[in-house]
Amino acid sequence: MERGKVWKYKDNINTDIITPPESMELDIQGAAKYCMNNLDPTFASGFQKGDLLVCEHNMGSGSSRETAPLCLRELGVRIVIAMDYARIFYRNCINVGIIALECPNTDKISKDDILEVDYRSGVIKNVTTGETYMCNPIPDHIFAIVEQGGLIPYITNKLENA
Amino acid sequence: MGMTISEKILAKAAGRETLHADDIVWVNIDKAMMDDILGPRVEIADNLKKMGAKVWDPDKVVIISDHYTPPANIKQANIVKFTREWAAENGIRAYYEFAGPCHQVMMDKGHALPGTVVVATDSHTTTYGAVACFSTGIGSTEMSGVLATGQTWMKVPQTIHINWNGTLPKFVMAKDISLRTIKELGHAGATYKAMEYTGDTIRSMIMDERMCLTNMAVEAGAKAGMIGFDRITAGYLKEKFGITEDFSQYNSDPDAVFCRELDFQAEALVPQVACPHEVDNVFDITDVDDVQVDQVYIGSCTGGRYNDLKAAAELLRGKCVDSRIRVLVSPASKDIYNQCMRDGILETLSDAGCTILGSTCGACLGVHSGNIGDQEVCVSTTNRNFLGRMGSKSSGVYLTSPLTAAATALTGRLTDPREMMEGA
Repeated sequence: MERGKVWKYKDNINTDIITPPESMELDIQGAAKYCMNNLDPTFASGFQKGDLLVCEHNMGSGSSRETAPLCLRELGVRIVIAMDYARIFYRNCINVGIIALECPNTDKISKDDILEVDYRSGVIKNVTTGETYMCNPIPDHIFAIVEQGGLIPYITNKLENA
Repeated sequence: MGMTISEKILAKAAGRETLHADDIVWVNIDKAMMDDILGPRVEIADNLKKMGAKVWDPDKVVIISDHYTPPANIKQANIVKFTREWAAENGIRAYYEFAGPCHQVMMDKGHALPGTVVVATDSHTTTYGAVACFSTGIGSTEMSGVLATGQTWMKVPQTIHINWNGTLPKFVMAKDISLRTIKELGHAGATYKAMEYTGDTIRSMIMDERMCLTNMAVEAGAKAGMIGFDRITAGYLKEKFGITEDFSQYNSDPDAVFCRELDFQAEALVPQVACPHEVDNVFDITDVDDVQVDQVYIGSCTGGRYNDLKAAAELLRGKCVDSRIRVLVSPASKDIYNQCMRDGILETLSDAGCTILGSTCGACLGVHSGNIGDQEVCVSTTNRNFLGRMGSKSSGVYLTSPLTAAATALTGRLTDPREMMEGA
Protein backbone atom coordinates (compact mmCIF):
# COMPACT_ATOMS: atom_id res chain seq x y z
CA MET A 1 0.00 0.00 0.00
CA GLU A 2 1.38 3.38 -1.01
CA ARG A 3 -0.12 6.63 0.26
CA GLY A 4 0.66 9.97 -1.30
CA LYS A 5 -0.35 13.40 -2.49
CA VAL A 6 -1.36 13.88 -6.12
CA TRP A 7 0.29 15.95 -8.82
CA LYS A 8 -2.34 16.02 -11.54
CA TYR A 9 -2.03 16.72 -15.27
CA LYS A 10 -4.30 15.89 -18.20
CA ASP A 11 -3.71 14.41 -21.68
CA ASN A 12 -0.57 14.04 -23.81
CA ILE A 13 2.09 14.69 -21.21
CA ASN A 14 4.73 13.89 -23.80
CA THR A 15 8.36 13.08 -23.18
CA ASP A 16 9.46 16.47 -24.53
CA ILE A 17 7.47 18.00 -21.67
CA ILE A 18 8.83 15.54 -19.10
CA THR A 19 12.43 16.05 -20.21
CA PRO A 20 12.82 19.23 -22.28
CA PRO A 21 15.41 18.86 -25.06
CA GLU A 22 17.89 21.33 -23.61
CA SER A 23 18.11 19.32 -20.38
CA MET A 24 19.03 16.08 -22.07
CA GLU A 25 22.74 16.72 -22.30
CA LEU A 26 22.89 16.87 -18.49
CA ASP A 27 23.16 13.84 -16.24
CA ILE A 28 19.90 12.59 -14.73
CA GLN A 29 20.36 14.50 -11.47
CA GLY A 30 20.82 17.72 -13.46
CA ALA A 31 18.09 16.99 -16.01
CA ALA A 32 15.54 16.18 -13.30
CA LYS A 33 15.59 19.83 -12.20
CA TYR A 34 13.98 20.74 -15.55
CA CYS A 35 11.41 17.94 -15.46
CA MET A 36 7.98 19.26 -16.67
CA ASN A 37 9.45 22.76 -16.59
CA ASN A 38 7.67 24.02 -19.72
CA LEU A 39 4.30 22.95 -18.32
CA ASP A 40 4.65 23.37 -14.56
CA PRO A 41 7.80 25.02 -13.20
CA THR A 42 6.83 24.04 -9.62
CA PHE A 43 6.91 20.28 -10.32
CA ALA A 44 10.62 19.51 -10.10
CA SER A 45 11.22 21.61 -7.01
CA GLY A 46 7.97 20.72 -5.25
CA PHE A 47 7.58 16.99 -5.87
CA GLN A 48 8.25 15.05 -2.68
CA LYS A 49 9.26 11.41 -2.57
CA GLY A 50 6.08 9.37 -2.24
CA ASP A 51 3.89 11.88 -4.07
CA LEU A 52 1.87 10.40 -6.93
CA LEU A 53 1.88 11.49 -10.55
CA VAL A 54 -1.59 11.22 -12.08
CA CYS A 55 -2.42 11.99 -15.73
CA GLU A 56 -5.20 11.18 -18.16
CA HIS A 57 -4.87 9.98 -21.79
CA ASN A 58 -1.76 9.14 -23.83
CA MET A 59 0.70 9.59 -21.00
CA GLY A 60 4.35 9.76 -22.12
CA SER A 61 3.75 10.10 -25.84
CA GLY A 62 6.50 11.00 -28.30
CA SER A 63 10.16 10.20 -28.02
CA SER A 64 11.59 6.95 -26.68
CA ARG A 65 13.77 8.98 -24.34
CA GLU A 66 14.20 7.01 -21.16
CA THR A 67 15.41 10.22 -19.54
CA ALA A 68 11.69 10.84 -18.96
CA PRO A 69 11.04 8.01 -16.47
CA LEU A 70 14.59 8.28 -15.15
CA CYS A 71 14.03 11.95 -14.23
CA LEU A 72 10.69 11.08 -12.67
CA ARG A 73 12.35 8.30 -10.68
CA GLU A 74 15.11 10.69 -9.65
CA LEU A 75 12.49 13.07 -8.25
CA GLY A 76 10.96 10.23 -6.23
CA VAL A 77 8.16 9.03 -8.50
CA ARG A 78 7.43 5.37 -7.76
CA ILE A 79 3.91 5.15 -9.12
CA VAL A 80 2.34 6.77 -12.17
CA ILE A 81 -1.41 6.50 -12.74
CA ALA A 82 -3.01 7.32 -16.10
CA MET A 83 -5.98 6.27 -18.20
CA ASP A 84 -3.62 5.02 -20.92
CA TYR A 85 -0.01 5.29 -21.99
CA ALA A 86 2.15 5.64 -25.05
CA ARG A 87 3.73 2.24 -25.38
CA ILE A 88 7.46 3.03 -25.17
CA PHE A 89 6.98 5.20 -22.08
CA TYR A 90 4.95 2.43 -20.44
CA ARG A 91 7.68 -0.14 -21.07
CA ASN A 92 10.37 2.28 -19.95
CA CYS A 93 8.57 2.89 -16.65
CA ILE A 94 8.30 -0.82 -15.93
CA ASN A 95 11.89 -1.39 -16.98
CA VAL A 96 13.29 1.28 -14.64
CA GLY A 97 11.11 0.14 -11.77
CA ILE A 98 8.28 2.68 -11.87
CA ILE A 99 4.86 1.10 -11.45
CA ALA A 100 2.61 2.37 -14.25
CA LEU A 101 -1.04 1.80 -13.46
CA GLU A 102 -3.91 2.09 -15.91
CA CYS A 103 -7.00 3.54 -14.28
CA PRO A 104 -9.99 4.74 -16.31
CA ASN A 105 -11.11 7.21 -13.61
CA THR A 106 -8.18 9.58 -13.31
CA ASP A 107 -10.41 12.45 -14.48
CA LYS A 108 -12.01 12.22 -11.03
CA ILE A 109 -8.67 12.78 -9.29
CA SER A 110 -7.49 16.34 -8.55
CA LYS A 111 -4.21 17.97 -7.59
CA ASP A 112 -3.39 17.56 -3.90
CA ASP A 113 -5.89 14.72 -3.36
CA ILE A 114 -4.51 12.05 -1.05
CA LEU A 115 -4.63 8.55 -2.54
CA GLU A 116 -3.99 5.11 -1.11
CA VAL A 117 -2.79 2.80 -3.87
CA ASP A 118 -2.65 -0.96 -3.62
CA TYR A 119 -1.00 -1.80 -6.92
CA ARG A 120 -1.21 -5.54 -6.34
CA SER A 121 -4.96 -5.57 -6.05
CA GLY A 122 -5.37 -2.54 -8.33
CA VAL A 123 -7.50 -0.63 -5.83
CA ILE A 124 -7.06 3.11 -5.45
CA LYS A 125 -8.78 4.85 -2.57
CA ASN A 126 -9.18 8.61 -2.81
CA VAL A 127 -8.95 9.63 0.83
CA THR A 128 -9.86 13.22 -0.01
CA THR A 129 -13.11 12.46 -1.86
CA GLY A 130 -13.94 9.07 -0.39
CA GLU A 131 -14.13 7.50 -3.86
CA THR A 132 -12.62 4.16 -4.84
CA TYR A 133 -11.27 3.34 -8.31
CA MET A 134 -10.14 0.09 -9.90
CA CYS A 135 -7.04 -0.17 -12.06
CA ASN A 136 -6.61 -2.61 -14.93
CA PRO A 137 -4.70 -5.62 -13.61
CA ILE A 138 -0.97 -5.65 -14.33
CA PRO A 139 -0.32 -8.59 -16.73
CA ASP A 140 1.70 -11.43 -15.20
CA HIS A 141 4.73 -11.08 -17.47
CA ILE A 142 4.98 -7.40 -16.56
CA PHE A 143 4.36 -8.01 -12.90
CA ALA A 144 7.30 -10.42 -12.90
CA ILE A 145 9.55 -7.51 -13.93
CA VAL A 146 7.93 -5.02 -11.55
CA GLU A 147 8.28 -7.41 -8.62
CA GLN A 148 12.04 -7.64 -9.09
CA GLY A 149 12.42 -3.87 -9.29
CA GLY A 150 12.83 -3.49 -13.04
CA LEU A 151 14.35 -5.15 -16.06
CA ILE A 152 17.99 -5.13 -14.99
CA PRO A 153 17.48 -7.14 -11.77
CA TYR A 154 15.04 -9.34 -13.72
CA ILE A 155 17.60 -10.13 -16.43
CA THR A 156 20.42 -10.51 -13.93
CA ASN A 157 18.39 -13.22 -12.21
CA LYS A 158 17.49 -14.77 -15.53
CA LEU A 159 21.17 -14.91 -16.59
CA GLU A 160 22.24 -16.34 -13.22
CA ASN A 161 19.57 -19.03 -13.39
CA ALA A 162 20.25 -19.88 -17.03
CA MET B 1 -6.52 -17.86 -40.29
CA GLY B 2 -3.93 -15.93 -42.24
CA MET B 3 -1.22 -13.74 -40.75
CA THR B 4 -0.25 -10.11 -41.15
CA ILE B 5 3.25 -9.10 -42.17
CA SER B 6 4.01 -8.20 -38.53
CA GLU B 7 2.76 -11.57 -37.28
CA LYS B 8 4.89 -13.42 -39.86
CA ILE B 9 8.10 -11.54 -39.10
CA LEU B 10 7.65 -11.86 -35.34
CA ALA B 11 6.82 -15.57 -35.71
CA LYS B 12 10.09 -16.13 -37.51
CA ALA B 13 11.97 -14.13 -34.85
CA ALA B 14 10.31 -16.14 -32.09
CA GLY B 15 10.95 -19.48 -33.81
CA ARG B 16 7.24 -20.19 -34.13
CA GLU B 17 5.18 -21.46 -37.04
CA THR B 18 2.34 -19.10 -36.40
CA LEU B 19 1.63 -16.16 -34.18
CA HIS B 20 -1.36 -13.93 -33.82
CA ALA B 21 -2.13 -10.53 -32.39
CA ASP B 22 -1.92 -10.28 -28.59
CA ASP B 23 0.39 -13.31 -28.23
CA ILE B 24 3.35 -12.46 -26.01
CA VAL B 25 6.67 -13.87 -27.14
CA TRP B 26 10.40 -13.47 -26.71
CA VAL B 27 11.91 -12.56 -30.07
CA ASN B 28 15.46 -12.73 -31.35
CA ILE B 29 16.73 -9.35 -32.48
CA ASP B 30 18.40 -9.15 -35.88
CA LYS B 31 19.84 -5.68 -35.37
CA ALA B 32 19.99 -3.29 -32.43
CA MET B 33 20.80 0.36 -33.01
CA MET B 34 21.71 3.05 -30.50
CA ASP B 35 22.14 6.75 -31.02
CA ASP B 36 24.25 9.15 -28.96
CA ILE B 37 21.55 10.93 -26.96
CA LEU B 38 19.86 7.77 -25.62
CA GLY B 39 22.57 5.24 -26.30
CA PRO B 40 25.38 3.91 -24.08
CA ARG B 41 25.50 7.07 -21.91
CA VAL B 42 21.94 6.63 -20.59
CA GLU B 43 22.16 3.67 -18.22
CA ILE B 44 23.26 1.18 -20.90
CA ALA B 45 26.99 1.17 -20.14
CA ASP B 46 26.29 0.99 -16.40
CA ASN B 47 23.57 -1.62 -16.78
CA LEU B 48 25.83 -4.00 -18.70
CA LYS B 49 28.43 -3.67 -15.97
CA LYS B 50 25.81 -4.28 -13.28
CA MET B 51 24.63 -7.40 -15.09
CA GLY B 52 28.18 -8.52 -15.73
CA ALA B 53 27.13 -8.90 -19.35
CA LYS B 54 28.83 -8.35 -22.69
CA VAL B 55 27.28 -7.32 -26.00
CA TRP B 56 25.74 -10.56 -27.26
CA ASP B 57 26.88 -10.06 -30.85
CA PRO B 58 28.82 -6.90 -31.77
CA ASP B 59 28.11 -7.49 -35.47
CA LYS B 60 24.39 -7.10 -34.82
CA VAL B 61 24.81 -3.73 -33.15
CA VAL B 62 24.92 -0.34 -34.87
CA ILE B 63 25.77 2.91 -33.10
CA ILE B 64 25.14 6.28 -34.73
CA SER B 65 26.04 9.63 -33.16
CA ASP B 66 23.55 11.93 -34.80
CA HIS B 67 21.63 14.03 -32.28
CA TYR B 68 24.69 15.82 -30.91
CA THR B 69 26.72 16.02 -34.12
CA PRO B 70 28.22 18.48 -34.68
CA PRO B 71 28.34 19.16 -30.93
CA ALA B 72 27.18 22.61 -29.89
CA ASN B 73 29.06 22.62 -26.58
CA ILE B 74 31.42 20.64 -24.40
CA LYS B 75 28.70 18.49 -22.81
CA GLN B 76 27.46 17.36 -26.21
CA ALA B 77 31.04 16.80 -27.40
CA ASN B 78 31.70 14.60 -24.38
CA ILE B 79 28.57 12.57 -25.03
CA VAL B 80 29.70 11.90 -28.60
CA LYS B 81 33.19 11.10 -27.35
CA PHE B 82 31.81 8.64 -24.80
CA THR B 83 29.62 7.01 -27.45
CA ARG B 84 32.53 6.67 -29.88
CA GLU B 85 34.82 5.18 -27.25
CA TRP B 86 32.16 2.82 -25.95
CA ALA B 87 31.55 1.56 -29.49
CA ALA B 88 35.28 0.87 -29.93
CA GLU B 89 35.66 -0.81 -26.51
CA ASN B 90 32.74 -3.11 -27.23
CA GLY B 91 33.87 -4.11 -30.68
CA ILE B 92 31.03 -2.38 -32.53
CA ARG B 93 32.33 -1.98 -36.05
CA ALA B 94 29.21 -0.32 -37.43
CA TYR B 95 29.78 3.04 -35.75
CA TYR B 96 28.90 6.24 -37.61
CA GLU B 97 29.09 9.90 -36.73
CA PHE B 98 28.42 13.03 -38.77
CA ALA B 99 26.67 10.63 -41.16
CA GLY B 100 23.18 11.99 -40.52
CA PRO B 101 20.03 11.10 -38.59
CA CYS B 102 20.26 7.45 -37.57
CA HIS B 103 17.22 6.11 -39.42
CA GLN B 104 18.35 7.34 -42.80
CA VAL B 105 21.85 5.99 -42.13
CA MET B 106 20.34 2.60 -41.18
CA MET B 107 18.51 2.55 -44.51
CA ASP B 108 21.42 3.92 -46.58
CA LYS B 109 23.84 1.35 -45.18
CA GLY B 110 21.52 -1.64 -45.49
CA HIS B 111 21.18 -2.39 -41.76
CA ALA B 112 17.40 -2.74 -42.03
CA LEU B 113 16.23 -5.52 -44.33
CA PRO B 114 12.92 -7.26 -45.11
CA GLY B 115 11.71 -9.97 -42.75
CA THR B 116 14.01 -8.92 -39.90
CA VAL B 117 13.37 -7.42 -36.47
CA VAL B 118 15.22 -4.24 -35.57
CA VAL B 119 15.02 -2.30 -32.31
CA ALA B 120 16.63 1.05 -31.58
CA THR B 121 16.71 3.70 -28.89
CA ASP B 122 14.63 6.16 -30.89
CA SER B 123 10.90 6.26 -31.47
CA HIS B 124 11.14 6.84 -35.23
CA THR B 125 12.66 3.38 -35.66
CA THR B 126 9.30 2.53 -37.25
CA THR B 127 10.85 3.93 -40.46
CA TYR B 128 12.29 0.57 -41.60
CA GLY B 129 8.82 -0.87 -42.05
CA ALA B 130 9.06 0.77 -45.48
CA VAL B 131 11.23 -2.18 -46.52
CA ALA B 132 9.06 -4.75 -44.73
CA CYS B 133 11.31 -4.82 -41.67
CA PHE B 134 9.57 -5.04 -38.29
CA SER B 135 11.21 -2.21 -36.38
CA THR B 136 10.32 -0.36 -33.24
CA GLY B 137 11.71 2.07 -30.71
CA ILE B 138 12.73 0.95 -27.24
CA GLY B 139 14.14 2.64 -24.14
CA SER B 140 17.70 2.47 -22.92
CA THR B 141 17.13 -0.08 -20.17
CA GLU B 142 15.33 -2.38 -22.58
CA MET B 143 18.28 -1.93 -24.94
CA SER B 144 20.57 -3.06 -22.11
CA GLY B 145 18.55 -6.27 -21.97
CA VAL B 146 18.75 -6.70 -25.73
CA LEU B 147 22.51 -6.17 -25.71
CA ALA B 148 22.94 -8.72 -22.92
CA THR B 149 20.68 -11.42 -24.35
CA GLY B 150 19.91 -10.65 -28.00
CA GLN B 151 16.23 -10.87 -27.15
CA THR B 152 13.30 -8.87 -25.92
CA TRP B 153 9.66 -9.63 -25.23
CA MET B 154 6.96 -8.33 -27.51
CA LYS B 155 3.23 -8.41 -27.57
CA VAL B 156 2.27 -9.15 -31.16
CA PRO B 157 0.41 -6.06 -32.34
CA GLN B 158 -2.98 -5.91 -33.91
CA THR B 159 -2.83 -4.19 -37.28
CA ILE B 160 -4.71 -1.23 -38.69
CA HIS B 161 -4.97 -1.54 -42.47
CA ILE B 162 -4.68 1.85 -44.10
CA ASN B 163 -5.74 1.92 -47.74
CA TRP B 164 -4.83 4.89 -49.93
CA ASN B 165 -6.07 4.66 -53.47
CA GLY B 166 -5.86 6.98 -56.46
CA THR B 167 -3.25 9.39 -57.77
CA LEU B 168 -1.86 12.10 -55.52
CA PRO B 169 -2.52 15.57 -56.92
CA LYS B 170 0.41 17.73 -57.95
CA PHE B 171 2.15 19.46 -55.01
CA VAL B 172 0.78 16.90 -52.54
CA MET B 173 3.31 14.53 -50.97
CA ALA B 174 3.64 11.48 -48.70
CA LYS B 175 3.97 13.85 -45.73
CA ASP B 176 0.44 15.03 -46.43
CA ILE B 177 -0.74 11.40 -46.45
CA SER B 178 1.04 10.84 -43.14
CA LEU B 179 -0.54 13.87 -41.49
CA ARG B 180 -4.00 13.13 -42.89
CA THR B 181 -3.83 9.55 -41.62
CA ILE B 182 -2.65 10.65 -38.16
CA LYS B 183 -5.47 13.19 -38.05
CA GLU B 184 -7.92 10.35 -38.62
CA LEU B 185 -6.36 8.03 -36.06
CA GLY B 186 -5.48 10.64 -33.44
CA HIS B 187 -2.13 10.73 -31.68
CA ALA B 188 -2.93 7.61 -29.66
CA GLY B 189 -5.17 5.92 -32.23
CA ALA B 190 -2.62 3.24 -33.08
CA THR B 191 -1.05 2.75 -29.64
CA TYR B 192 0.27 -0.83 -29.27
CA LYS B 193 -0.78 -1.51 -32.88
CA ALA B 194 0.93 -1.79 -36.23
CA MET B 195 -0.14 0.46 -39.08
CA GLU B 196 0.07 -1.20 -42.47
CA TYR B 197 -0.16 1.13 -45.44
CA THR B 198 -1.51 -0.33 -48.64
CA GLY B 199 -3.50 0.58 -51.75
CA ASP B 200 -2.45 1.65 -55.22
CA THR B 201 -1.25 5.08 -54.08
CA ILE B 202 1.29 3.38 -51.82
CA ARG B 203 2.15 0.69 -54.39
CA SER B 204 3.25 3.36 -56.87
CA MET B 205 5.18 5.38 -54.29
CA ILE B 206 8.99 5.55 -54.33
CA MET B 207 10.96 4.42 -51.27
CA ASP B 208 11.83 7.97 -50.13
CA GLU B 209 8.13 8.74 -49.82
CA ARG B 210 7.26 5.40 -48.22
CA MET B 211 9.79 6.05 -45.47
CA CYS B 212 7.97 9.27 -44.60
CA LEU B 213 4.81 7.25 -43.92
CA THR B 214 6.37 4.55 -41.78
CA ASN B 215 8.60 7.06 -39.97
CA MET B 216 5.59 8.95 -38.65
CA ALA B 217 3.53 5.88 -37.67
CA VAL B 218 4.74 6.41 -34.11
CA GLU B 219 3.03 9.82 -34.10
CA ALA B 220 -0.26 7.91 -33.97
CA GLY B 221 1.27 5.83 -31.19
CA ALA B 222 2.03 2.82 -33.39
CA LYS B 223 4.53 0.13 -32.52
CA ALA B 224 5.37 -0.37 -36.20
CA GLY B 225 4.57 1.11 -39.59
CA MET B 226 4.59 -1.52 -42.29
CA ILE B 227 4.49 -1.64 -46.09
CA GLY B 228 4.49 -4.98 -47.88
CA PHE B 229 7.34 -6.12 -50.12
CA ASP B 230 6.66 -5.35 -53.79
CA ARG B 231 8.44 -4.46 -57.03
CA ILE B 232 9.41 -1.02 -55.65
CA THR B 233 11.02 -2.65 -52.60
CA ALA B 234 12.72 -5.21 -54.83
CA GLY B 235 14.04 -2.49 -57.16
CA TYR B 236 15.32 -0.44 -54.24
CA LEU B 237 17.15 -3.37 -52.64
CA LYS B 238 18.69 -4.46 -55.93
CA GLU B 239 19.86 -0.99 -56.90
CA LYS B 240 21.27 -0.06 -53.49
CA PHE B 241 22.60 -3.35 -52.18
CA GLY B 242 22.50 -5.84 -55.05
CA ILE B 243 19.93 -7.91 -53.11
CA THR B 244 17.73 -9.93 -55.45
CA GLU B 245 15.93 -12.20 -52.96
CA ASP B 246 12.15 -12.22 -53.04
CA PHE B 247 10.68 -11.45 -49.62
CA SER B 248 7.03 -11.49 -50.60
CA GLN B 249 6.39 -14.50 -48.33
CA TYR B 250 6.27 -12.02 -45.45
CA ASN B 251 3.41 -10.01 -46.93
CA SER B 252 0.07 -10.09 -45.17
CA ASP B 253 -2.12 -13.01 -46.26
CA PRO B 254 -5.40 -12.20 -48.01
CA ASP B 255 -7.23 -13.65 -45.00
CA ALA B 256 -5.09 -11.91 -42.37
CA VAL B 257 -7.10 -10.29 -39.59
CA PHE B 258 -6.98 -6.52 -39.28
CA CYS B 259 -8.50 -4.73 -36.31
CA ARG B 260 -9.53 -1.73 -38.39
CA GLU B 261 -9.69 -0.67 -42.03
CA LEU B 262 -9.27 2.95 -43.09
CA ASP B 263 -9.92 4.10 -46.66
CA PHE B 264 -8.71 7.32 -48.23
CA GLN B 265 -8.85 8.73 -51.74
CA ALA B 266 -5.60 10.39 -52.75
CA GLU B 267 -7.24 12.61 -55.39
CA ALA B 268 -9.13 14.47 -52.67
CA LEU B 269 -6.05 15.27 -50.59
CA VAL B 270 -4.76 18.83 -50.29
CA PRO B 271 -1.58 19.94 -48.48
CA GLN B 272 -1.90 19.28 -44.74
CA VAL B 273 -0.60 21.25 -41.76
CA ALA B 274 -0.15 20.00 -38.17
CA CYS B 275 -0.58 23.12 -36.05
CA PRO B 276 0.99 23.56 -32.60
CA HIS B 277 1.32 21.65 -30.28
CA GLU B 278 0.14 18.16 -31.30
CA VAL B 279 0.89 16.10 -34.40
CA ASP B 280 -2.79 15.21 -34.84
CA ASN B 281 -3.87 18.86 -34.76
CA VAL B 282 -4.05 18.66 -38.54
CA PHE B 283 -5.93 20.86 -41.01
CA ASP B 284 -6.21 21.32 -44.76
CA ILE B 285 -3.88 24.22 -45.49
CA THR B 286 -6.87 26.11 -46.90
CA ASP B 287 -8.44 26.06 -43.43
CA VAL B 288 -5.45 27.52 -41.58
CA ASP B 289 -5.43 31.26 -40.91
CA ASP B 290 -2.56 33.45 -42.03
CA VAL B 291 0.62 32.46 -40.16
CA GLN B 292 3.68 34.70 -40.19
CA VAL B 293 6.84 32.60 -40.12
CA ASP B 294 10.34 33.23 -38.74
CA GLN B 295 12.07 30.05 -39.86
CA VAL B 296 11.59 27.27 -42.37
CA TYR B 297 13.33 23.95 -41.71
CA ILE B 298 13.69 21.26 -44.35
CA GLY B 299 15.42 18.21 -42.95
CA SER B 300 15.32 15.23 -40.56
CA CYS B 301 14.57 11.52 -40.89
CA THR B 302 11.03 12.55 -41.84
CA GLY B 303 11.46 15.28 -44.42
CA GLY B 304 15.09 15.55 -45.51
CA ARG B 305 15.44 12.80 -48.09
CA TYR B 306 16.63 13.22 -51.67
CA ASN B 307 13.12 13.45 -53.04
CA ASP B 308 12.21 16.08 -50.42
CA LEU B 309 15.15 18.32 -51.24
CA LYS B 310 14.66 17.80 -54.95
CA ALA B 311 11.02 18.88 -54.68
CA ALA B 312 11.96 21.94 -52.66
CA ALA B 313 14.72 22.85 -55.11
CA GLU B 314 12.39 22.56 -58.10
CA LEU B 315 10.01 24.99 -56.45
CA LEU B 316 12.76 27.42 -55.39
CA ARG B 317 14.81 27.29 -58.60
CA GLY B 318 15.66 30.78 -59.81
CA LYS B 319 13.69 32.39 -56.99
CA CYS B 320 14.70 33.98 -53.72
CA VAL B 321 13.44 33.17 -50.24
CA ASP B 322 11.72 35.94 -48.29
CA SER B 323 14.35 38.22 -46.76
CA ARG B 324 12.60 38.35 -43.36
CA ILE B 325 13.08 34.66 -42.59
CA ARG B 326 15.86 32.11 -42.45
CA VAL B 327 15.55 28.85 -44.32
CA LEU B 328 17.59 25.92 -43.09
CA VAL B 329 18.15 22.73 -45.08
CA SER B 330 19.70 19.62 -43.54
CA PRO B 331 19.89 16.56 -45.84
CA ALA B 332 18.83 13.42 -43.96
CA SER B 333 22.21 11.74 -44.39
CA LYS B 334 25.70 12.32 -45.71
CA ASP B 335 24.89 10.05 -48.65
CA ILE B 336 21.88 12.21 -49.49
CA TYR B 337 23.97 15.34 -49.00
CA ASN B 338 26.51 14.06 -51.52
CA GLN B 339 23.87 13.01 -54.02
CA CYS B 340 22.14 16.39 -53.76
CA MET B 341 25.48 18.11 -54.20
CA ARG B 342 26.31 16.10 -57.29
CA ASP B 343 22.90 16.82 -58.81
CA GLY B 344 23.03 20.56 -58.20
CA ILE B 345 20.16 20.51 -55.68
CA LEU B 346 22.19 22.06 -52.88
CA GLU B 347 23.43 24.75 -55.25
CA THR B 348 19.88 25.60 -56.32
CA LEU B 349 18.73 25.79 -52.70
CA SER B 350 21.74 27.84 -51.64
CA ASP B 351 21.32 30.23 -54.57
CA ALA B 352 17.71 30.75 -53.49
CA GLY B 353 18.95 31.87 -50.07
CA CYS B 354 18.72 28.65 -48.05
CA THR B 355 21.42 27.84 -45.49
CA ILE B 356 22.72 24.32 -46.05
CA LEU B 357 23.52 22.54 -42.77
CA GLY B 358 25.28 19.27 -42.17
CA SER B 359 23.20 16.12 -41.80
CA THR B 360 22.01 16.10 -38.19
CA CYS B 361 19.04 15.74 -35.87
CA GLY B 362 19.91 19.06 -34.17
CA ALA B 363 17.10 21.50 -34.87
CA CYS B 364 14.33 18.89 -35.11
CA LEU B 365 14.49 18.35 -31.36
CA GLY B 366 15.84 21.75 -30.41
CA VAL B 367 19.34 20.79 -29.32
CA HIS B 368 21.46 22.78 -31.81
CA SER B 369 21.72 24.14 -35.37
CA GLY B 370 18.49 26.09 -35.60
CA ASN B 371 16.64 26.38 -32.28
CA ILE B 372 13.88 29.00 -32.30
CA GLY B 373 13.38 31.85 -29.87
CA ASP B 374 10.50 33.27 -27.85
CA GLN B 375 7.22 33.58 -29.78
CA GLU B 376 8.95 32.48 -32.99
CA VAL B 377 7.24 30.30 -35.56
CA CYS B 378 8.89 27.54 -37.58
CA VAL B 379 7.38 25.71 -40.52
CA SER B 380 9.14 22.37 -40.51
CA THR B 381 9.26 19.12 -42.46
CA THR B 382 10.05 17.22 -39.25
CA ASN B 383 7.82 14.94 -37.18
CA ARG B 384 6.91 16.68 -33.91
CA ASN B 385 5.46 20.06 -32.95
CA PHE B 386 5.20 19.54 -29.20
CA LEU B 387 5.42 22.46 -26.78
CA GLY B 388 9.03 23.67 -26.81
CA ARG B 389 10.11 20.97 -29.24
CA MET B 390 12.39 23.16 -31.39
CA GLY B 391 13.26 25.76 -28.78
CA SER B 392 11.39 28.27 -26.63
CA LYS B 393 8.24 27.10 -24.88
CA SER B 394 6.48 30.14 -26.33
CA SER B 395 7.43 29.19 -29.90
CA GLY B 396 5.23 27.30 -32.35
CA VAL B 397 6.02 24.59 -34.90
CA TYR B 398 3.84 23.85 -37.93
CA LEU B 399 4.56 20.51 -39.60
CA THR B 400 4.19 20.37 -43.39
CA SER B 401 5.52 18.69 -46.50
CA PRO B 402 8.79 19.88 -48.05
CA LEU B 403 6.82 21.55 -50.87
CA THR B 404 4.66 23.52 -48.44
CA ALA B 405 7.81 24.46 -46.52
CA ALA B 406 9.48 25.65 -49.74
CA ALA B 407 6.43 27.69 -50.78
CA THR B 408 6.40 29.22 -47.29
CA ALA B 409 10.09 30.07 -47.65
CA LEU B 410 9.24 32.25 -50.66
CA THR B 411 6.53 34.29 -48.98
CA GLY B 412 7.42 34.35 -45.28
CA ARG B 413 3.93 33.15 -44.36
CA LEU B 414 2.43 29.66 -44.38
CA THR B 415 1.73 29.11 -48.07
CA ASP B 416 -0.12 26.50 -50.10
CA PRO B 417 2.40 25.19 -52.65
CA ARG B 418 -0.39 24.92 -55.23
CA GLU B 419 -0.26 28.73 -55.39
CA MET B 420 3.11 28.27 -57.07
CA MET B 421 1.62 26.14 -59.82
CA GLU B 422 2.07 27.64 -63.25
CA GLY B 423 -1.04 29.56 -64.18
CA ALA B 424 -2.29 29.68 -60.58
